[in-house]
Amino acid sequence: MAQEHIATADHGEHEATTTGLNHRKMLMWAFLGSDCMFFGSLIATYLVYQGKSLSGPLPIDVFDIPVTSVSTFVLLMSSMSMVLAYSALNRGNMKAFRIWMVSTAIMGSTFIGFQIYEFSSFSTHHIHFECSEVAEKIEHGEYVKAGHNHFYQKECLDQNGILKADHHVDEEYGLKPQTNLFGTTFFTLTGFHGAHVTLGVVWLLSIFFLSFKKGVITREKNLDVDLAALYWHFVDVVWIVIFTVVYLFGVFEGF
Amino acid sequence: MSQEMNPSEVHNEHPTAGLYFRIAMILSVVTAIEVGIFYLTWLGYWIIPILFVLSAGKFALVAMYYMHLKFDHKLFSLMFVGGFVLATSVIFALIFLFQVWL
Repeated sequence: MAQEHIATADHGEHEATTTGLNHRKMLMWAFLGSDCMFFGSLIATYLVYQGKSLSGPLPIDVFDIPVTSVSTFVLLMSSMSMVLAYSALNRGNMKAFRIWMVSTAIMGSTFIGFQIYEFSSFSTHHIHFECSEVAEKIEHGEYVKAGHNHFYQKECLDQNGILKADHHVDEEYGLKPQTNLFGTTFFTLTGFHGAHVTLGVVWLLSIFFLSFKKGVITREKNLDVDLAALYWHFVDVVWIVIFTVVYLFGVFEGF
Repeated sequence: MSQEMNPSEVHNEHPTAGLYFRIAMILSVVTAIEVGIFYLTWLGYWIIPILFVLSAGKFALVAMYYMHLKFDHKLFSLMFVGGFVLATSVIFALIFLFQVWL
């Protein structure tokens, strides 16, 4: 009987509502459905303007896939710790619940830290290379990044198109929202995602602190945690799409 | 007892912590494969559908198991999938409208 009660609390079913479903949970799903459309429009805008920037830097100049892969891994693991927190709460293990909740918040904050680092490194991005190295690549028909090619043409060749062999280039080539179309759409999309994660961290920490107040977060009253978990997993699935469409496709030469 | 339940309640048992952990491992491995595939330049344009399928798989795993859509009431799935399908349609409509591939 007790198990039946918990199962009902889990899903918010058999409420005294017209649908028999909990209205708060229904509202959360309606919000997540609408947030899908919000991010869908931002991703669509990014894709429509992909490759339309008149000047650099372009994704291939600034993206650092290994770093973003690590932050993606951290966010995926935070989803696991969130679901384990919810599972611990349903077992009535408050100690494990609090440990997993605070772990999730820490991993969420780590992801935000990665994003701040990424944004700041993009805005202060520098290009430095020896002119002779790029000339060699061009001669052998190897791929040269758009930014390198831009400064090679500008700095490494004299008026007659002759290579300045000993010259080296060290120029600021930062990406800011106002730099080009790529910067505008990229920072808008990932910035809104980062804002969602930040809100999620605040929400998780609020629940963590509330759990110390007697009777607020319990095995029976688990809906607040369920809703926060749904939101947290949603920011995770949005990032799964952003990581593939923006980062991996972004640096793919043929895209 | 289960025969007296609402059909949506029949599948109301949540997965175990072990299953959650296994799913997390699958998600990590698939992400590693995605990053690995990205460096296989000989794949050419095949990289796009491959990454698309892998990422859709990760999305489905999180939505079904971590968000419990597989076990919850179908109306919740409808609300989320409805928004998702509309969002995906908007993305493809704009891609075709603006002829992104040109």
